[in-house]
Amino acid sequence: MAQAATVETHGHEAHGQGHHGPEGILKYIWSTDHKIIGMQYLFTGMFMGLIGGLMAYVFRMQLAFPGISVPGFGVVSPGEYNALVTNHGSIMIFWVAMPVLIAAFGNYLIPLMIGADDMVFPRLNRLSYQIFLASAILILASLFVEGGGFGGAWTSYPPLSANENYNLTRLGSTLWLSAVALEFVAFLLGGINFIVTLMNARAPGMKAYDIPLVAWMIVIASILFMLSVGPLMAGAVMLLFDQTLGTGFYDPLRGGDPILWQHLFWFFGHPEVYVVLLPAIGIVIEIVATFARKKLFGYKIMLYTAVATGVLSFFVWAHHQFVAGIDPRMANVFTVTTLLISVPIAELLFVIIATLYGGSITFTTPMLWALAFIAEFLIGGVTGIFLGASGADIYLHDTYFVLAHFHYTFFPIAIIGTFAALSFWFPKMFGRMMNETLGKIHFWGTVIPFNFIFIPLFVLGLGGQHRRIYNFQNFPELAEMQPLRIVATVSLIVMLLFQIPFFYNLFHSMRKGPKADRNPWRSNTLEWTTESPPPHGNWPPDQMPKVYRGPYEYSHPDRAEDYWPQNLPN
Amino acid sequence: MVERLIQQASSYAHSIDGLILLVTVLVGFWFLLAEGIFFWLIWRFRAKPGVKSQYITGKEKHLKRWVTIPHALVLVCDVFIIIGAVQVWYNVKQHLPEADATVRVIGQQWAWIFQHPGLDNELDTGDDIWTTDDLYVAADKTYHFQLQSRDVLHSFSVPVFRLKQDAVPGRTITGWFHPTVAGTFDIQCAEICGIGHGVMLGRINVQDATEHAAWIALNNSVSAQ
Amino acid sequence: MQKPIATTRSATGIPTGRLAIWWVLASEVVIFGGLLASYLMFRLGHPEWANAAAVTNTYIGAFNTFVLLSSSFTAVLAHQAAENGDGKLAAKYLMMTIAGALIFLVVKAFEWSYEISHGYTITSNGFWSFYYTAAGLHAAHVIAGAVIMAFIAADAARGRELQRVELIGIYWHFVDVVWIFLFPLLYIAK
Repeated sequence: MAQAATVETHGHEAHGQGHHGPEGILKYIWSTDHKIIGMQYLFTGMFMGLIGGLMAYVFRMQLAFPGISVPGFGVVSPGEYNALVTNHGSIMIFWVAMPVLIAAFGNYLIPLMIGADDMVFPRLNRLSYQIFLASAILILASLFVEGGGFGGAWTSYPPLSANENYNLTRLGSTLWLSAVALEFVAFLLGGINFIVTLMNARAPGMKAYDIPLVAWMIVIASILFMLSVGPLMAGAVMLLFDQTLGTGFYDPLRGGDPILWQHLFWFFGHPEVYVVLLPAIGIVIEIVATFARKKLFGYKIMLYTAVATGVLSFFVWAHHQFVAGIDPRMANVFTVTTLLISVPIAELLFVIIATLYGGSITFTTPMLWALAFIAEFLIGGVTGIFLGASGADIYLHDTYFVLAHFHYTFFPIAIIGTFAALSFWFPKMFGRMMNETLGKIHFWGTVIPFNFIFIPLFVLGLGGQHRRIYNFQNFPELAEMQPLRIVATVSLIVMLLFQIPFFYNLFHSMRKGPKADRNPWRSNTLEWTTESPPPHGNWPPDQMPKVYRGPYEYSHPDRAEDYWPQNLPN
Repeated sequence: MVERLIQQASSYAHSIDGLILLVTVLVGFWFLLAEGIFFWLIWRFRAKPGVKSQYITGKEKHLKRWVTIPHALVLVCDVFIIIGAVQVWYNVKQHLPEADATVRVIGQQWAWIFQHPGLDNELDTGDDIWTTDDLYVAADKTYHFQLQSRDVLHSFSVPVFRLKQDAVPGRTITGWFHPTVAGTFDIQCAEICGIGHGVMLGRINVQDATEHAAWIALNNSVSAQ
Repeated sequence: MQKPIATTRSATGIPTGRLAIWWVLASEVVIFGGLLASYLMFRLGHPEWANAAAVTNTYIGAFNTFVLLSSSFTAVLAHQAAENGDGKLAAKYLMMTIAGALIFLVVKAFEWSYEISHGYTITSNGFWSFYYTAAGLHAAHVIAGAVIMAFIAADAARGRELQRVELIGIYWHFVDVVWIFLFPLLYIAK
């Protein structure tokens, strides 16, 4: 029953529990509950991930068997190939990695982890998802308009992207750009919620250093996003005007400059990779601490290093533009900054690895994913050094070496990170346990083939193979490396097939899995103190938690139990 | 290492390959060390009945050292890589040696057009030789290239030279190369330029001095008509 | 709907709404900053744009600057009234601010009609492209701000949500500040 709504807004506890959200199907359209909104982002993101993955299947089939009629798609024309790789990249970054890692888990976890009953702006939260959903619909719609999907790469460099005579899809290019811009708006709005909620809505007793790191990481990522996307928003408006009004911001024939777009894009684009990396690292930290039963090695180091990485990320962007026609002297500056940023990132990984020392490690499915993140991301991280060294980038730019590098970073972030988070918080979200055997089958069936997809791509890149080309049989020097392409494609198909046990496990466990109690992993953070799944309002209003210690007090010598929840007075 | 996959055919190719090798060695060392320690730790500290985890805050000086010392060593390695990178970059992109000849390379949707200087060794004179798809140069001569685009961004890439430079419409960007091996090699467009990006294959024909002189002479008589 | 308990907390001691509006402004600063930085880079590289800039009417620009500054002043008065708990007075001052916004927009409409009818459109050249884009983006923020302000004024007149008067005031000052950058860039630098 709803309480009468005369709530004073200053210093008076509101009665949040009396009013339950809308019922039935309307619940999913109008609910402002952060948990429901989080799940909406999660399932939308996973659906888009399936689409992005199927796109990869199609274009990899074309690459391995040029000219083949791809089962489920047909023959891939050069224009379709470009649209597939463009939208695969765009979808995976903007409609999978960001919504799942930041919006889904940020929404779900932040209020729970800080002992709050919801975000501080629930209706704005609702609006953010609706705008995001609109952007997802837009990007999918862009694939079906006359002219087809936009095929100018996720980086959308003008003049190709600005002029329909060059990109041959006036509608596709404009819809693509509008979808991306709308997604930015959704995340700007969502970010406000995360940041302000973390700052202000914490449980009594929760000081800054008592906040679980994943919550910090999501908020730092949101801040990073907000401060870096602005120039690109401006640039996108300019590109939109070039596309639709005939302005010449990026048209050299009219006094414009194509390189301006590149600067605006990468000024955002580089911080963006840390926008998705930090939440993934946060997720890994929570899981490693729990399943190694160990206090995180250096909480403050992690926090300050994450902030340092974020700050430094604003100074490296032109390493994407070494051979783009910028002043060659600038390249030296960016080589220095780019190589320096490897230091705090290495530090983050070293600290997580150091946390394993002295631990008592159990290899549950979430822990396997978290450990795989570390092992695989290390490869991604070190291969970035090759590209940051300007002299080497002259050769390696735009080759498959770049592609393999960023898949060794993005895949751990977006895919491994997602599976880690999902398998870890599934019991809390759905009140049931996932099947461990299926989880392990899914794990090995994903991680092993993943390496067989991308290690061949490193070799191909070192051999001089360039990106965004639909058939390498056209190039005499590259044709003979075809076996490597086939290995990569076959491995991708194997990996995609192993996602079937995952989806079966997910949907079956949601309904029929063994019931989970409040804290199946014996973890310390506040989300594990409430029911699985938590009720609307998360805790009864008179039982909102108070916090007495930090989040990683595992195996404390003064305690018999090897964990010490944050909300216990002693 | 790279030369095992694709030959070196320019004067600076080996320095770029050398830089890649330097990075491989330095980065490879840290990578193997980190992965090695990682796998050792998860084996050594797997859960055993009756054994509790240690309580380590990270403030312990003797343990912090395990993070701060590698930290410093990584920085030192970075310095070596930076020095190597800057040297290679300066040589290829900042410094412009005197040219024996200059060619103009023009990218367009979707082909490469080349303007060779002809007998008088001067561009933009009546005897210039224009070709599509095929660039003709002589081995052991230093060339400047003037790179242009007629429409969108393209990128002039000759993998066996280890050379790459984006072509920007509205600009002429100058670079250089010095072929060292005769033969016919791929030119790839290295910046997505539309649906024909994948068919913008070009060929660079590096000829020895006599062959090249003959080629110029042949085309001179042709263009003089 | 009931407001969550979370909305009543303030671990930093700063009101939640104020934190939010400052973060919104931070992201807006980067958007306009990016646009204006791009404009500056272009302008420095295109001295001939001075000819186009000469056409803009500095007097109209100055008048609009005065209008916006005055409207910021009335927004401050509105905040003061809200602090004193006088919702009706706050609403009155907010309406004056909205009036200022409307005057600004009407003047701009005449200004643009004149310029467009004389052939200076968004595609005329780079200067005009930036002129209409930057001033247009700004005008969009003026409109959005005025609309939100109207809702807040309506609430305030009924004595509700008075803390929001300050927040929309902060936003309004930002809109003002952006114009203070635009004015010299588009009207004075000739």
